[in-house]
Amino acid sequence: MPRTPRTSAKAKDRSSPIQLLTPEGEIVRDNKLPFDPLSADLPALYRDMVMTRRLDTEAIALQRQGELGLWPSLFGQEAAQVGAARALLPNDMVFPTYREHGVAWCRGLDPASLLGLFRGTTLGGWDPADANFNLYTLVIGAQTLHGVGYAMGIVRDLARDLLDTSKGGTGELPAVLVFLGDGALSEGETNEAFIWATTQSLPVVFFCQNNQWAISAPYSVQSTVPVAQRAAGFGLPGVRVDGNDVLACLAATRRALRKARTGGGPTLIEAFTYRRNAHTTADDASRYRESAEEKEWAGKDPIARLHAHLTATGAVEPAFFDEVEAEAKDFAEGLRSRCRALPEPDASLPFEHTYAEMTPELHRQLAHHRAHLASLQETAEHAGDRA
Amino acid sequence: MTTTTLARAINDGLRHALSNDPSVLLLGEDIGRLGGVFRVTDGLRADFGADRVVDTPLGEAGIVGTAVGLAMRGYRPVCEIQFDGFVYPAVNQIITQLAKYRHRSDGRIAMPVVIRIPYGGGIGSIEHHSESPEAYFAHTPGLKVVTCATPDDAFTMIGQAISSDDPVIFLEPKRRYWSKGAVTDAPSLGLHRARTVRDGSDLTLVAYGPLVTPALEVARVAEEEGHSVEVIDLRSLAPLDTATVIASVLRTGRLVVAHEASRTHGIGAEIAARVQEEAFYALEAPVLRVTGYDTPYPPSRLEEEWLPGVERMLAAVDRSLAH
Repeated sequence: MPRTPRTSAKAKDRSSPIQLLTPEGEIVRDNKLPFDPLSADLPALYRDMVMTRRLDTEAIALQRQGELGLWPSLFGQEAAQVGAARALLPNDMVFPTYREHGVAWCRGLDPASLLGLFRGTTLGGWDPADANFNLYTLVIGAQTLHGVGYAMGIVRDLARDLLDTSKGGTGELPAVLVFLGDGALSEGETNEAFIWATTQSLPVVFFCQNNQWAISAPYSVQSTVPVAQRAAGFGLPGVRVDGNDVLACLAATRRALRKARTGGGPTLIEAFTYRRNAHTTADDASRYRESAEEKEWAGKDPIARLHAHLTATGAVEPAFFDEVEAEAKDFAEGLRSRCRALPEPDASLPFEHTYAEMTPELHRQLAHHRAHLASLQETAEHAGDRA
Repeated sequence: MTTTTLARAINDGLRHALSNDPSVLLLGEDIGRLGGVFRVTDGLRADFGADRVVDTPLGEAGIVGTAVGLAMRGYRPVCEIQFDGFVYPAVNQIITQLAKYRHRSDGRIAMPVVIRIPYGGGIGSIEHHSESPEAYFAHTPGLKVVTCATPDDAFTMIGQAISSDDPVIFLEPKRRYWSKGAVTDAPSLGLHRARTVRDGSDLTLVAYGPLVTPALEVARVAEEEGHSVEVIDLRSLAPLDTATVIASVLRTGRLVVAHEASRTHGIGAEIAARVQEEAFYALEAPVLRVTGYDTPYPPSRLEEEWLPGVERMLAAVDRSLAH
């Protein structure tokens, strides 16, 4: 039987992020965000975070080996992504940025399919309908409006009796969970998304991972007030949680999604976290930030604190950690070979998918391109003959 | 067959689409209660409700961005951009998202979105209200760009655009909104076909949208002078129906292209390039362009002479025939 959690020491400070799991691994209470720890499967959350980190580590290695052109690392943001994603129901729809590898993992998306975009074999890589997880969006903030439009569609589906509530089993609307970063809040489109969502009271939750860095720009370049506080001007409820605390992220997202599904309108959640790696594998963070800051955040590691909690409370057998580690190792090996096995795209691909049907001009250009490829092939064969 | 204005014909086409397909909805600024600043959506909110004729907040990126999301959920949004010069805040959504979604999803996600834009000059308006932005969109793979010149085409083409599974930029020649013409239910041309609106044998004059009417006047005057001018209404700017234009030039040997948009890198340049590729030996004279100049749109007191009209087109016809 778990002890009754004590009230968080930080709970009285209004601007500090809500915390339900301390860096030392203690579950605490905060009246601003009621949460029953028994409602969370803590070992499963731990496993999700470990697997997510392993996916990230492996992808970085694949980039270093030349198998991927680029990789945007989520290192340090595992709790924010796993906590948010585990609050979702299957019918909810997710609009990610390009860094939500942990959310993809929790949605059950095949992790190898995330790699195609960064390997250059595709611009997408999966069917968004398979796991209700949209394609990655690289243009900062653009997806916020797509999520809002999708939510406009859900509301209209309801009005047209198109929602099969028997499948969801909840009798509630599906909700939309839109991911964004702190940099995206400076984009006009994000601000328009907030306006559309609030004035139409749409079933959408904006989950902002404030990792404090937009490539080289610290948060102070974007704004002088915390993310969650900026919501108030839009009439949008804002919640600020410790983004390295998987329970706070889970609790806040659950509450916001439930509100959205029952007609209560949108919420903005700020998960205050830290991008522990550079922006992408092409970036060099040492050019713009201090290693002391990186060390400080290493001490707030999201996985370590849940590990500490599970160990201290004896919630799992010691063998559990070894099992998860072994599973992650197997997974990484499989991911490596599956990355190398990703099919090469056919040269006709861009021509075929620009329009529903190829235009006469595109037919002409494709024929020209095929002839060009054939001549290259012929030249190569001639060169081979001479050798 | 009924006679109506071009604006009313679009209204009828929208009404038809809203009646026949529950997934169609209209998004735009002032399109509901007011019926649009040109009244093109007049009465539709009263008949189809505020959920289907949506008065949006004032943000063009928001209008197009939410249309992308609605399309993902199975809807067919028709966006109205209030004036040509106000489309630019939406250009990011149009070019990076709307135009690319089918491609980036390996063909899985269609974007059946129409963006209606009143365009062109000639109504004595203030800055940003008289522009011709078609080349920006026609240069973007993934978009289709069409424009109507008559009420009949306006009615038919808006319906075809809404039925299209590709995003369509639907350009409405605002100075023709009040022009009347017959609207028929007769089967029409495909959305991306040009139409020969007047047969001729000496010279081909290609125009579209607001300049089709003056082009026909040019052909009438030229006939009095003993010259037979064929007039083609391009109708679709992307894709271009080059086959119709080239077939005509192979017969006439002479080509003049007219548009209000500025000259350099414009639609006329593309047509000239295609014609010299495919009808080089049929040409009796260089391909000539009659266009707006390479300046921002002028103050309205200057627009009558700045815009390509009958006189400038006739001068180009004479220059071509002099070869």
